[in-house]
Amino acid sequence: MSETSIKPRIEKVPLSEQFFQKLPVMLVPFLAVAGLIAIGNPASWLTLTVAGLAMGMMIFIMASGLTVVFGLMDVINFGHGAFVAVGAFVGFTVLAWLAGWTTSPSVIMNLAAVLIAILVAMAITGLLGLAFERVIVMPVYGEHLKQILVTMGGLIVAQQMIYVVWGPDELHLSRPEAFQGSWVIGEAAIEKYRLVAVGIGLALFVAMRHILKNTKIGLLVRAGVENGEMVEALGYRIRRLFLIVFMTGSALAGLGGVMWGLYQETITAHMGSEIMVLVFIVVIIGGLGSVEGCFIGAMLVGLLANYTAFLAPKVALISTIALMVAILMWRPQGLYPVVKAK
Amino acid sequence: MLTRLLSGDTPRSGLLTALLLIVLISLAFAPFLFPGTKSLETAARICIFIVLVASYDLLLGYTGIVSFAHTMFFGIGAYGTALALSATGPTYTSLIWGTVAGAVVAAVFALIIGLFSLRVKAIFFAMVTLAVASAFAVLVSQMSWLTGGEDGLNYRIPRELTPAFKLIDEKILDVRINGKLMAYYLVFFVSAILFLVMLRIVNSPFGRTLKAVRDNAFRAEAIGYRVVWYRTTATVLSAVMAALAGSLLAIWLRYTGPATTLSMEIMIDILLMVVIGGMGTLYGAVLGATLFILAQTYLQNLMGVAAEATSALPFVSTLVAPERWLLWLGVLFILSVYFFPTGIVGRLRAGRA
Repeated sequence: MSETSIKPRIEKVPLSEQFFQKLPVMLVPFLAVAGLIAIGNPASWLTLTVAGLAMGMMIFIMASGLTVVFGLMDVINFGHGAFVAVGAFVGFTVLAWLAGWTTSPSVIMNLAAVLIAILVAMAITGLLGLAFERVIVMPVYGEHLKQILVTMGGLIVAQQMIYVVWGPDELHLSRPEAFQGSWVIGEAAIEKYRLVAVGIGLALFVAMRHILKNTKIGLLVRAGVENGEMVEALGYRIRRLFLIVFMTGSALAGLGGVMWGLYQETITAHMGSEIMVLVFIVVIIGGLGSVEGCFIGAMLVGLLANYTAFLAPKVALISTIALMVAILMWRPQGLYPVVKAK
Repeated sequence: MLTRLLSGDTPRSGLLTALLLIVLISLAFAPFLFPGTKSLETAARICIFIVLVASYDLLLGYTGIVSFAHTMFFGIGAYGTALALSATGPTYTSLIWGTVAGAVVAAVFALIIGLFSLRVKAIFFAMVTLAVASAFAVLVSQMSWLTGGEDGLNYRIPRELTPAFKLIDEKILDVRINGKLMAYYLVFFVSAILFLVMLRIVNSPFGRTLKAVRDNAFRAEAIGYRVVWYRTTATVLSAVMAALAGSLLAIWLRYTGPATTLSMEIMIDILLMVVIGGMGTLYGAVLGATLFILAQTYLQNLMGVAAEATSALPFVSTLVAPERWLLWLGVLFILSVYFFPTGIVGRLRAGRA
């Protein structure tokens, strides 16, 4: 609330400050090296690192929408997990219809099936996001307390609707042929699917960065995060922009849901609220509203969760909480705070 | 005298007073009015949840903070009592010792979480508590050497509180005067006292400051109140109350496990009870908890009937199936946040004016 002024980027930032700003980026390799030292065995370290990166990418996909939505409109969506779950269920249903394609040995058929499943899931969660924004979130703009309550209510209703539509049991589905098994490099076994997840996540991150930095809509989104009123004063409809961002975020959550479902091969109606815990940790670590921070946070959480799951399984979830606490002690607003605390 | 007991915060509505009296009398004479094990279980559950929900309202309704760690404090209290009873045997000393220890641990946890995350934003606190509470639940179910893991703990409580103990041999009004009855009245009276204490807190100058913080934190700070201090104190108080409610549950059930104390479902139940009953008034907690638990226990039977009646329509019958009752409560929850954020109590009071 104190200093909301926008710093003009004319003067050159001193080198030490540049270094300080870049410091969080160094955390990921630092953590990876620390993991290598702690684990000792390079082969299992490589396996774990790939698994951690894959997990981090999937969390990033789910969390990115949430953090941009918050940055742009000061709306935190506790029902975000519902999109993850719905995406996973829709994706699984489509994959089950295309069973002939997923079991065929042809890689192209497999890829096509997964692609169709992802597109359908994203379309449906995007539309669901539209409905969610119009019906549930819009009446409570600017009221945090009500937002939390109402989106939580939306999550409850959405989870129950999943039960109504898909039944109370969890769904199982094995991955398409092409994504099963693993490649062996030296002594390290790397699951194919994890590399695919890392690839999709990286591509998405690069695409998001490109859109945010180099297109007009990205410019508007960034401007809206900095100062929404000014963007409105210049004649842009920030509500509509926000709706687009909300739908995109929901669709990304759906994509994350499909990917997470294929990763676990089992989905339940409350998977969304379980993953939301990790997503929130990532969003907090990254700094509310920051895509880069969210990406770094997701990598850190994914790596740390996998390393500790190997070294000390019982403290795996606690370790991510500890990471969050440590980062908040270092930077109370997260790694790259974009939104000034209100 | 009565007004003093209620700390000057009378229900201020005829219908509300009547409803509260019905709840009070039904709970006070539950063993005699509604004989049977199931109804006694329900009555004790209502007592405990009134305290739990009221303590959550202290946070949500009075201070304007959303916490998802309330079940964690509830669980800490329950596990404190349970561990003390199972470790040192069924004596009153260990019972009291465990309860106090649970409350203290809950207070310390609340203090740490509050100091950490209340500085920044309400939303921050909500997310941090969600993360911490789920980590705590996982930790409890994994430390099975201490907590019994998913199976939880079974333990004995002092003999005077068990059905085996008979106070007098005759029955009064056809009800056996045994230890179970004693335990019920222990739960009832402790709940009543805790409720009155909370009523005292919210109607004190401290409570009024909390409301000021809720309505305009910036202004409260400007007038000279340390907002962080008030928010943290409210968090600690509500955590202690929740822990005491947890201890009552541990004594009543003679069992403590993650499903009865720590699960996210209970957290959502509490949220629904507070909002449907009415935020920002402790009487809302009474009505919310009572209605919700009655619905939980008996509405499902009704919905079963509805599902059978509509079995010809496949989709409708799954919508009204007894397992889907939370769906309808969720819808009711959203509607009540929009249209009557003051809940049942607010409606009743507004109707009078």
